[in-house]
Amino acid sequence: MKFFEKLAKIDRRIIFVILAITIISPFLFNLTFKLTPLEESKRAFNFINSLPEGSTVIISIDYDASSMPELQPMLEAVLRHIFSRNLRVILLGHWAAGVPLGQQALEKIASEYGKVYGEDFVVLGYRPGLQAVIINMGKNIHATFDNVDYEGTPLSKLPMMSNIKTYEDVACVFGFEAGNVGEMWIQFANARYGVKVLLGCTGVVAPDLFQYRQSGQLVAIVSGLRGAADYERLAKHEAFASYGMTAQTFAHVLIVAFIIIGNIGYIFTQSKKRRSS
Amino acid sequence: MATTIWVWVAAFFTLAILSFLYKDNPFYRIAESVYVGSSAAYMLLFLWSFDVKPKMIDAWVKGSTTDRLILIIPITLSIFMLMRFIPKLRWISRWAIAFTVGMGAGLGVAGLLQGFVVPQIKGTIVPLWIANNFKQTINNWIIVLGTLTTISYFFFSRKHTGVFGKFSRTGVMFIMIAFGATFGFTIMARVSLLIGRLYFLLHDWLGLI
Repeated sequence: MKFFEKLAKIDRRIIFVILAITIISPFLFNLTFKLTPLEESKRAFNFINSLPEGSTVIISIDYDASSMPELQPMLEAVLRHIFSRNLRVILLGHWAAGVPLGQQALEKIASEYGKVYGEDFVVLGYRPGLQAVIINMGKNIHATFDNVDYEGTPLSKLPMMSNIKTYEDVACVFGFEAGNVGEMWIQFANARYGVKVLLGCTGVVAPDLFQYRQSGQLVAIVSGLRGAADYERLAKHEAFASYGMTAQTFAHVLIVAFIIIGNIGYIFTQSKKRRSS
Repeated sequence: MATTIWVWVAAFFTLAILSFLYKDNPFYRIAESVYVGSSAAYMLLFLWSFDVKPKMIDAWVKGSTTDRLILIIPITLSIFMLMRFIPKLRWISRWAIAFTVGMGAGLGVAGLLQGFVVPQIKGTIVPLWIANNFKQTINNWIIVLGTLTTISYFFFSRKHTGVFGKFSRTGVMFIMIAFGATFGFTIMARVSLLIGRLYFLLHDWLGLI
């Protein structure tokens, strides 16, 4: 009994240390698990795979540094897949602080595949207004971004943009979401203009988006570090997300163990209290 | 060890923020203040570069007479909004707020109806028997039962007793399962963030892995 009472009063800092050791160990000892990709991740991969060469994908960066560990590896995996299929990318974002992160990943992956700015990819950057921006893009993408790209180059000088005027000229929107912008893409771009929307999101956001998958408004959801690892595996380029999933699995087992032990301790201490009263 | 100065800066701030797990301390406070300050400055810069300058100043300077006449409306509303800082004229800012709220509500209602309410209702109208597909049949039953029982829990015009009470309590179970899933996903997300930072410290900073 005393054991459980002590357990209930354990210093939270000890738990933090145990969690940190649990996460670090798989990296230090190079432990890895083989993952079988989830159906949702496969659906996203297969959709991108099915696009004809030369199609354009809008990538929306709707996260910032605080969600980087989940979404940056996912973005890199998706970009690798896109460029390996010779698709083109328009990168924009509704989180001002996130666009440079997207640009960083885009330039890195584009250089790996020898892609050229203006011909294979364009960065439109950030415009304030969220819903208004999404709606206006359906009428005229050029005008919505004041006819210039992220660095002020006229869009008329970028060959890739000459044939892209509205959503009708793009194959899909792939949003990377740490908030509610994904829902805006669905509610305004998909519902009004019929644009196909795929979302890569953080674990926190995922439960709010599955309803849109069920109703058929979303093509697919790639969620959290697991989704990123799945996509890396499908794209045959395992990187941070794949290594991180082993640590994630260890951490989950530890947390489940803590929850079970904590509840057993709670039941014992409560029954003791009842008996003594 | 990495020699790049920015990796060291990032490592310092990571450790400073993580030090809060032990207890509040000056390093954490410094990191917190720097984060708040730099984020605010970054946002201010973005709003100036992508909103105020191109949409207001440049548009006025380069625009035609018609453009300028149209611009008078948002410029006036912007000035009204700034009246919040003058106590005697604070009431004028309500006009600008009313415009913003009205526009937001208009966009929101249209978007919600077209992109959420109608498609979601459609999404729950599913066949309850699909020949040769037992899994989908069960899924459809769960969707319909989950929707109806959850809605019934929020129906307060009738006492939650008897058959209706049991029905609404089933709704509570569905809500609890949804909360559990959200909690699980949240844990996954938070652990991912910790993994990201620890990986950064071990890989980019210390070069141990």
